[in-house]
This record gives sequence, C-alpha cells and structure tokens, in this order.
Amino acid sequence: MRSPKRLIPIAAAEGDILSQEDSRGIIDRVIKMSTAEAISVSVTSGVTNNVRFAANNISTAGSVADINVAVTSSYGPKRATVVTNNTSDEALRATVKQSEALAKLAPDDPEAMPNLGPQPIKTVNATFPATETLDSSALAQAAMTALEPARKAGDLTAAGYLVVNTGTNAMGNNAKHFAYHKATNANYTLTVRTTDGTGSGWAGAEHPDWKQLDIAGVSSRAIDKARLSRNPVAIEPGRYTVILEPQAVGDLVQLIGFYADARSSDEGRSPFAKQGGGNKIGEKIMDSRISLIADPFDPMVLSQPWDGDGLPLGRQVFVDKGVLKELYYSRFWAKKMNKQPTGAPTSFIMTGGTTSLDDMIKSTPRGVLVTRLWYLREVDPRTILYTGLTRDGTFLIENGKISKAIKNFRFNDSPLFMLNNVEAMGRPVRLAGTEAGGAVVVPPIKVKDFNFTSLSDAV
Amino acid sequence: MTNRRDFLKHGTLIAGAIAAEAALRKAHGLAPLAYDEPAAPVMDAATRDLMMDALNAAKMAGASYADVRIGRYLQNFVSTREQQITNVVDTDSIGAGIRALVNGTWGFAATRNMTKDAITEAAKKAVAVAKATRIGRATPIELAPAPAFKDVSWKSAYTIDPWKIPVEQKADLLMKANAAAMKAQNVKFVFSGLFFRKNERNYANTDGSVITQTIIQSWAPMQITAVAPDASDFQNRGNVSQPMGRGWEYILSQDLPGNALKWGEEASQKLKAKPVEVGRYDLVLDPAHLWLTIHESIGHPTELDRASGYEANYAGTSFLAPPEKVLGKLKYGPEWMNVQGDRSQEGGLATIGYDDEGVKPDDFLIVKNGMFNDYQTTREQANWLKWWYDSKGEPTRSHGCSYGDSWSSIQFQRMPNVSLLPGEKEQSFQDLIAATDRGIAITGEGSFSIDQQRYNAQFGGQVFHEIKGGKIVGMLKDVAYQIRTPEFWNSMDMIGGRQSYRMGGSFFDGKGQPPQINAVSHGSPPARFRNINVINTGRKA
Repeated sequence: MRSPKRLIPIAAAEGDILSQEDSRGIIDRVIKMSTAEAISVSVTSGVTNNVRFAANNISTAGSVADINVAVTSSYGPKRATVVTNNTSDEALRATVKQSEALAKLAPDDPEAMPNLGPQPIKTVNATFPATETLDSSALAQAAMTALEPARKAGDLTAAGYLVVNTGTNAMGNNAKHFAYHKATNANYTLTVRTTDGTGSGWAGAEHPDWKQLDIAGVSSRAIDKARLSRNPVAIEPGRYTVILEPQAVGDLVQLIGFYADARSSDEGRSPFAKQGGGNKIGEKIMDSRISLIADPFDPMVLSQPWDGDGLPLGRQVFVDKGVLKELYYSRFWAKKMNKQPTGAPTSFIMTGGTTSLDDMIKSTPRGVLVTRLWYLREVDPRTILYTGLTRDGTFLIENGKISKAIKNFRFNDSPLFMLNNVEAMGRPVRLAGTEAGGAVVVPPIKVKDFNFTSLSDAV
Repeated sequence: MTNRRDFLKHGTLIAGAIAAEAALRKAHGLAPLAYDEPAAPVMDAATRDLMMDALNAAKMAGASYADVRIGRYLQNFVSTREQQITNVVDTDSIGAGIRALVNGTWGFAATRNMTKDAITEAAKKAVAVAKATRIGRATPIELAPAPAFKDVSWKSAYTIDPWKIPVEQKADLLMKANAAAMKAQNVKFVFSGLFFRKNERNYANTDGSVITQTIIQSWAPMQITAVAPDASDFQNRGNVSQPMGRGWEYILSQDLPGNALKWGEEASQKLKAKPVEVGRYDLVLDPAHLWLTIHESIGHPTELDRASGYEANYAGTSFLAPPEKVLGKLKYGPEWMNVQGDRSQEGGLATIGYDDEGVKPDDFLIVKNGMFNDYQTTREQANWLKWWYDSKGEPTRSHGCSYGDSWSSIQFQRMPNVSLLPGEKEQSFQDLIAATDRGIAITGEGSFSIDQQRYNAQFGGQVFHEIKGGKIVGMLKDVAYQIRTPEFWNSMDMIGGRQSYRMGGSFFDGKGQPPQINAVSHGSPPARFRNINVINTGRKA
C-alpha cells in the first residue's frame, strides 16, 4: 500500500474553480498515465463561503476551496477507485498507480459494466454571477436582516446559516466519454426562538441565483412564526387532518426516491416488490392527481444533467397521475432484465395543485398545520413507514383559522399512505432544508388521517 | 476516580483481541502477518515551517489568536454483496485550515495548496473573513486559558495499520462472512464492508502548542436480509459489529466469518417471530443497543453549544437549559447513575491526546450520583460556566471537545466518549433477564429518532426476545419503544457490573452547518428500565 510519508504536496497550477478545459486537461493527463485496460476519471472543484450565527451573534465564518480527482482503473471485472486532492503530476501518477495496484488485487465484480462511450449530454446553465462573486461581507450583511430585528426585539434569539457555493463536476474515460457541469448555489435557513423558550419559527430559501433569494422575507417569516408559536398547548395525539407546508411535504415525500430501485423490488425487499415476485410498475400507488418527476432542466431545479455513471438525464416520470411508471434501473440491472438504464436522478419534483395555503386553512374545520419535520428515521422498509417529529411552528386549525400554537408531535406514517389521503395541493416551491439535501420541488398539501403517535415537550 | 479510569482503559470487549488474532487468522486461512508495533508520529520540518508561516501571517494581519491544522485524511473501504465486490475505494485529502480570532470574531480559511505563499494567503483570508463579519458580533469571543503543549505527539490504540493489509485479504474475510450468512434459511441478501479512517493531524497555535497525532478507526458494517418464501415479508439483521478506534486487529477479533451464520439465523427467525403486542414492558437493554440511547438522550443534550442555542437552526437545542436551572439541580436518574465524558478510553472513537484547539482533554462526570453535573465544552464555551466551576472550587477549563472533521472544516464542539459507568454489583445481561417477570430484551441498535430538545425519543433494535418469568420465551418483531428522556433514565432500576461493560459507537454522527461527521463511542453495562411504552411498527396501511 501507499507510503504514509507524502504529507507535503506540490502546489497546483489551477485556480480554485476548474473550467471545462481545465477539467478536460486533468482528465486527459490522467488517462495518459494509465496502463489499465480501462480508466474513468472524475474531477470536482469548489469554493464555499459561509456565515453561521446563533444567540444573536455571528458564531463562525469561513471560506474553503478544494479540488478532488477520483481515478477508477479496471481490468475486466476487477476495479478500484482512488481519490486525491493533489493535482500535481507526481500525485496524479501515484494515484493512478495505486488504483491499478488495488484493481489488480480486487476480486472480480461479476456485475462490472464497461465504461460508457460518448453520450448526448446537454448543458444546464446553472451558474449565476451574483452567487459566484458573493463574499463574506455580503453574507454578514444578509445575516443582519435577522440579527438586527432579533436584538432590537429583546425577546427573540436568531440562529441561522448562509452559504454560497460555486462548484464543478467533470468525468471522462478512455472510451471518449466526457461530461462537465458547473453550478452555483445559495442557501439561507433561519430559526428564531423566543427568549422565554416557548416559541420557535423556521424559514428558508434556496436557489442557484443569490438574487432570487428573498433574504428579508425569510427573516421576517421566521420571526413571525416564532412569535405565533409561543406558549403551545398540548392536544391529544391521534389521526388528524394535516396541512403540511412544502418543507414538511418534502421531508417525507423525498424518501420515496430512496426506495425506487428496480432491483430491490425485483428481489422482494422493497415497498415496490409485488407479492409473488416482480415489481409494482403499472400499479396505482397514490392519489391520481400526483406525479413524481425528475428534471434537471426545470428552472426551479437546474441540477446536473448526467448521473454518477455519466448517463445523460432528461425529464423522467416515475409516478404518472398516481401510477408507478418507472423505477431506477442501474446499467447492470437494466442489462440483466432487458430494460433501458434510467440513470440516477439529480432532482425530485412533485406536481401540485392550485389551492393556496390560506384556502387550505379556511376549508379545515379542525386540523393541524405543520411547518417542517425533523429526525426522520425508517421504522419499516416494507411500507416506507417513518417516524419523526414536527418542529418550529405547529398550530391547531379550528373553524378555518389558526386558533393556537400546539406542542410538537411524533408521527409514525408513510409517504405512500399520506399520498393516498390527499385532500388539496398548492403550487410547488423549491425547498431549502431537507434532511437529505438536493434539488427538491414540492407543493404544500392537505391530507386526512395523518398519524401522530405521541407528544413532545420539545420547542 | 482512578479505579474507574483504570477499568475503562481495559474494556472487556477488546481485551484479548490481539491474543485471539493469530488463532483467528489460522482459523480463516489467512497468512500469518508480520508487523511492527507502530510508533507515535513525528512531525516533519516542512509541515512545522508551514504552520509557523500561517500563524505569523495571521498575527501580522491582526489576529489576537490563531491556530492552524495541517492534516492528511485517508479513508479506505471495501464493500460487498453476497459473493461479489461492489466497491474498492481509497481516498486521500491533504490541506490546511487556519482559524483566526480578530476583535473577538472568528474567521476561517482553508487551502489544499501546501506552499508558503498559499498558506500565508489563507491565513490572511481567515483574518479578512473575521473582519468582514465583525459587524455581526455584539459580544466578543473570549477563550478560557489552556496550557501550551510544545512538540508533543500521540497515536491511537491500533496495533495493525489497516493500510498495510492487502485488499484481497480484506475481501476474502468479507466473502467468507457473506457465505456463512447465506447458509441460514431464507437468507437471500448480504451486504458487508470494511471501513477504515486514518488521520495524520498536525496542529499549532499562537499560544505555543505544536502537536502531531495519528488516529485509526475501523468498522465492519454488515446487513443480512431474509425474505419469506412467498415474498410477503423481509427482515434485516444489521449493526452486528461496533466501530472502534482500533486497527485491523479489532476487525479480526470480531470474527465475522465465525458469527455470520448466527446473525443470518436471527434474520431468518425474525420472519417467524411474534409481532409484539403494544403495551408497557420492562426493557432489558444490551450495551450493543443501549449505546445509541445514551448517545441520543445523554450525549447530545449535554453539548453546551446546543444548550446555548448555537445549533438551534439545525441539530436543535436541549432540554438541559438554561445551565443555571439544571446544573446540580436536575435529577437525570437514580443516585447510583454516573455518566462520564472522556477522550481517554482506549479504543474509543473520540479518544485523542489533544483536541483540535490544543487542549489535553480531561475525564469529567456529566451525571454524578444521578444529578446533572457538567456539559461538554471547548475553550470558547468553558467561560460560560465559570460561575458553576467557581461554586465547586474547580478550575474553569475546556474539557477538550473541539473537533473539525477535515482540514477544511471549522472546528467546534463535538461529543467526546459519553459512557454510563457500571454498577457496584457484578451482574450480567442474563442476570437482568432472570430478574425480570414480563419484559423484552433488546440487542443491537435499530431505528432511532429524537426531537430537537432530546425529550421524546423512539428506538427500535435488531433482535427482540420476550421475557416471561425470568426466561426468554421467544423472539418478537416490529418492536419500538417511546420515551421521555428524564422519566426513562429515572425508570432504570438495575445495571450490570464491570464485567458486563461494552463499548458501542457511531461512525457517522452529524452536527453543524455545513454538516460535519464525528465518530464517538459509548460504553455501558446492560441495564433494565421499568414500565416502558412499546409500540408495534408493523403497519400495513
């Protein structure tokens, strides 16, 4: 194995953000160094600036740049990957050698697929100068939109996070495949708590373009929610009509994507496995108003239009009007089952309706309004049954109005059950704070019989 | 405290691991291994010079305090399913992170370029970031005093560096384990892997500390799936082996090939197990399960940054707040309950010589004789509790809980090893079961979820056995228990002794924005909890 002596690398020639030409240059250099039967190289670069604040003070701020090169060498069904963040010739040569040595030693992978040839990959323009050029000082100014009113109020404490990132991702191989994607992203999340410890409100926004973030709007929404959520009362756990704001919907519905693998369904260990064998493609699995889609070109998404294998991604419909249309087929499983590989999606979109959140509240005689969910964990993989808690703004609706703040609930429910109980849906929005991350676009929804199983004293 | 500490340094789980190694290697057809006892690391002069350049540049630019970490972070993993290799990956990342305190405000910058120019630029950038964000601080940050440690080094408790073991040997071990698991009835799928981390960490600060340390951590995750013949059900047995701050010798001591059939049979038995009837039960929890409950309901709420609102926007706050209302006042559990925070237990994942701001961690009691006694702290936070330490006549010092998961991550307060100390009476898991009339014995950690103040939690497990009249009468499935933290710990009425103490741990504990990973161990004896609410999770619609 590698000698542990090499601690001081040589300085790299590139800048912090790699252009398409820079990325191709590194990939070509690495491919030339290879003596393996096949080689695949991926190169990422990124710069991140962030500001964190809490207890009404900026707590930390930082600026980080890094580049990583991952080299996968193959000898028939044997392969291994070695990753380095040093782009000097010497280090890259050592990395190639190491991946070749490991690959030769690795046992055969009978499921190994040959490297892809050139693919028809389109470009998504996801780079916005306003995000790319933003510095720590501008982030600090943005933080002041929460810090100033919170300090002035005297009864509020603000904790938030602002982060902007510019990143590139490229891959290429000895079979002439090449793909490159550059993107910016800006994200702001804020939690405002009341100093008496009884109220907490959350809001967030995310978009590749900093200019499209309503910073002041996020700050005022979280502040309003903190005040409104003060002095919550306990109501009995049980089944309720629930209005979930988009963040709460995304927290739960996004999970479906993690189970949408054709292979595990065909193997009988997924919620989409059919009793007696095979999978549930073609069966109705949720309300017929709902479609689940992936689309990197959607203006609210702008995600990478190719997956980790280098397969191009276009618009994919996984659930069409409630019917399961597609599951994820890896290149290996698609070949085995005589299907087309689908590529692994880089976005998640749930279609919605036209009912506003206000109208959902007005039409509810008795129900619960949920801002977001927290600590979601699998309880039963057979049904996507998850547990988790409500957080940062949970309210009782009575006679078409928010009547009071209520204590948080633990739920035990499945997005599959929930999406069969939908009463109304609003317009989809881009989320800022899902536990799993990624480009997620979902609507607010109103559902019946949502299962709250216990109370939590947590604020 | 001496006895306790000596005891913890010789946790029974790992005792004899090295001695067993030769026999295990022989049993599994592995070649005898020649290795040298690894020595403590020595910092090379070039690294030291770069660190001094960074500190000088930060001071020249206006920092009142600065520290620099130059680290090499290596990972190696091999993953398999059934009888094939799915991945072999080796990652290597080197860089420098510089933290500067300017007018009481932190700034941080990180670079992967290890030249004098680049590291000087990064140091200046850290100062510039601090100045640019000064507007957002109403009160300046002050660090608690800490002694400097000049030219010291430390290494973790590994004997065999996993980087010296060829990949085919690692794959062979996993293939043998997978094959053994597949021999169990109805077992159709096995995922297994080996995951290793090696950090070569160099640290210096403007107080004069210069520290070099090497850490190795090892883990063998494995999940076995049994599928009913009519595909109407599937059941998993996972989390079979705990991660540890040790090397290859620890992986061998886990004897995956020798144990996998038993684990496979447990997955298979779960298909036929009786669904649990909801209700209240006495729970007898094995250390391989209880560590996670400790982690979530004692480890996290006693982080001082959480309790002070610093994690409110992500991980959450704590029910143990404000400190003046709970320190020395809140009864966490029975008067014989003691919980220790430390970074000294041999083999612990959070065990370290010096933390990421140069502090030599101490052992401290988080819960003392049942009462909440202390929080986890860094230098920035220790001053917040000066009133409490003064009242006890103790010095105000950091407990050494600063950690950044990479050279490119800003260090902040992370969890040390947090462990429930064993009881006076020497009793085992079996003894606790024998004393229980109607209950459930749980082994292995499963599904877990807890609210953002760490009150309401729900835990599953891996293997559940029904206890009736002091005896195991059969296996149960679809079991989860719901708790409210203070009531749960106060319901504890039996605890195992020293011989029954084991460590479990998390390889991937998340906290912070951007999220950072920490690895942490939790030791405990088995313990019994009275009258706990159990739900059935096997809903169909």
